[in-house]
Amino acid sequence: MLHQLFKFKGGVKPPTNKTQSVTLPIAAAPLPSRLIVPLHQSIGGTPRPVVQAGDKVRKGQLIGEADGWISAAVHAPTSGTVLAVAMQPQPHPSGLDALSVVIEPDGRDEWIDRQPFDYANATPDDTRRYLQQSGVVGLGGAVFPTHGKLTASRSVAMDELIINGAECEPYITCDDLLMRERAADIVRGIGIFRDLLQPKRVLIGIEDNKPEAAAAMRAAVAELGENFEVVSVPTRYPAGGAKQLIRVLTGKEVPAAKRSTDLGVQCFNVATAYTAWRAIAYGEPVVSRIVTVTGNVHAPRNYEALIGTPMDELLALAQPHPDTDGTVMGGPMMGFLVPTPDVPVVKATNCLIAHADRLFPPKAPEMPCIRCGACADACPHELQPFELYWHARAKNFGKTQQYHIFDCIECGCCSFVCPSRIPLVQYFRFAKSEIWAREREKNAADEAKTRFEFKQFREEREKAEKAEKLAKAAAAQAAKKAAEAAAAAADSSPAAPAEAAVDPAQAAKKAAIEAAMARAKAQREAAQPKNTDTLNPQQAEELAAIEARRQAAGLTDAAAGTAAVDATREAKTEE
Amino acid sequence: MDILLAIAIMALGAVVLGAALGYASIKFKVEGDPLVDKIDAILPQTQCGQCGFPGCKPYAEAIAKGEVDINLCPPGGMEGVQRLADLLGREVKPLDAEEKPKQIAIIDENTCIGCTLCIQACPVDAIVGAAKQMHTIIAGQCTGCELCLPPCPVECIRMEAIGENIDNWKWKYPVVEIKAADAARPAIKEAA
Repeated sequence: MLHQLFKFKGGVKPPTNKTQSVTLPIAAAPLPSRLIVPLHQSIGGTPRPVVQAGDKVRKGQLIGEADGWISAAVHAPTSGTVLAVAMQPQPHPSGLDALSVVIEPDGRDEWIDRQPFDYANATPDDTRRYLQQSGVVGLGGAVFPTHGKLTASRSVAMDELIINGAECEPYITCDDLLMRERAADIVRGIGIFRDLLQPKRVLIGIEDNKPEAAAAMRAAVAELGENFEVVSVPTRYPAGGAKQLIRVLTGKEVPAAKRSTDLGVQCFNVATAYTAWRAIAYGEPVVSRIVTVTGNVHAPRNYEALIGTPMDELLALAQPHPDTDGTVMGGPMMGFLVPTPDVPVVKATNCLIAHADRLFPPKAPEMPCIRCGACADACPHELQPFELYWHARAKNFGKTQQYHIFDCIECGCCSFVCPSRIPLVQYFRFAKSEIWAREREKNAADEAKTRFEFKQFREEREKAEKAEKLAKAAAAQAAKKAAEAAAAAADSSPAAPAEAAVDPAQAAKKAAIEAAMARAKAQREAAQPKNTDTLNPQQAEELAAIEARRQAAGLTDAAAGTAAVDATREAKTEE
Repeated sequence: MDILLAIAIMALGAVVLGAALGYASIKFKVEGDPLVDKIDAILPQTQCGQCGFPGCKPYAEAIAKGEVDINLCPPGGMEGVQRLADLLGREVKPLDAEEKPKQIAIIDENTCIGCTLCIQACPVDAIVGAAKQMHTIIAGQCTGCELCLPPCPVECIRMEAIGENIDNWKWKYPVVEIKAADAARPAIKEAA
């Protein structure tokens, strides 16, 4: 079926150098002497180690537990003994260490009890969680946890699912070989993604310099009766960039600061689909990947290498020439020289290139920018690298953001075409990491500020609460005193309550009066003789007369309560 | 008559505009001093008091009033001084103290006696613990202000510099390599 293709602007055509490593099939790399498995192998949270030195592990056993939703688990690549959970050098341009699990293989390569995932009866959420626990991440290089991309946007209908088999970067052939040899499993994996995302159509984009891979994929799609379209796209770097491939296959341009899901498109690498299927159908977590070993070597080839294999041991299999002076991880456009040769292969390692000056002559010194605009023509994101360069060089980071530095995918096209050999991408990386660092500092400062202000507020509040409590206690004290005083005053003379009336604590006085009245009432009721319930008017009159006489004689029970009541009455009249 | 009319029009205009301005000054009143907020945004918010003020905000207020120098904030470093100078149009002065790398406090949990004094001293509530219970520092919240050091009766708190790690590592500024003359000469010959 003929598929209408679109073009992305810019791009370059570097020599592909792919033929060297495709002559031989994928070989399983032998067990290395030791495995260094970094815990942080995906974007997002750093997995927590769940093993310690001395533990025996089996192949596929969980060694790092995902930390948060955007994070993926890490597993032991072979059976053996954990030597250490320690800081180890990383395949990272910084050359810094990160927490890794070092495993000494026992040579038996013994799997855990592998159970296929009951996919037919699982809810989509279960499947996503299972993929997370199996450590499935984007193997195209960005290593974004795959399960995090398998939820369709609620607001936008999922139109296209794009499977990226473009593999546009020179030298790299791992996806090519994977598609040639294991197309059926890839297609089954794509089926899982299709089930979870429910797209209208599925497009598999493969650069037209890989006809064997495209044929194998087409055959597998036909054999499995799927309706996926395998599309050959023109070979042009960086056609394998997610946004570029989406553009080429669908004509949709993903705007700055938006995700492709906002346009109803999602993109996965072929190797990701393969590992997802291995996890679901065979219960195998991601413990190995295909790595192209090429460059300045005798026998370039693709190896299925265990995650954590030291790069020098893997590179040795391809017999590097004696003038090899370094190892590049990734391709020549976006890769970097690893800091030490023995750093481990990680999930992002798609290619190792033995570096030699013969293959990659040192760059001539940087010359001034002549504003030729070649970089702007080459930029696949339609940025203006020369403008970005001025501002990044002048450390004018606000301006670089105005020129959309964060849309730069660091593909290296601008540096590749620059006639002045300016390392443009290096400037952009520098500017980006500076901006990130500033953002981090700003956020930390803001948080410190809110916490400080809250602490101050809390201290004020506590002070106020304490003061209030003290005031209450003082008031209660005063009330008690006033009540006592009132009682005492009533005892000695009926004129005394006048003093209580002028008591400064009005509330206290009132409370005291109230309490005294209640007490008096209770007392009076208690003292009420029972035989006065049924009286005839004559008896009542008699009683009243007696009461009056008693009152006149000042013999009113001599109870403080009654006296207080009288006293309050007087006080009230005075008021 | 014309003159009177002109005066009347001008007077009317003055009254109307005056009323409008008066209304605007009430309606669009700016709460607080925006300059103080701008200065405060530059200060690192460690709340350490090394400037002699009880927190960053009071120092910002003092700077805004022009009472103090802008170089009293060691955690802000020379970059902070530079930015304050740019904002206020003042002259850049060397920092009044030694610039320290970013650090965080660490409690030796075996020595901690659980006295809670450091908890009270921490300006950003970055220490957790309770009386007679071990205390610990929430590393992500610690600003490295050192205010918890003096109150500790058993001196179990130490400061540790935050080294470079993969999460905070930054790409370096591309440097133009200056090569020795003999290395450069063949290149020139080639070009010629």
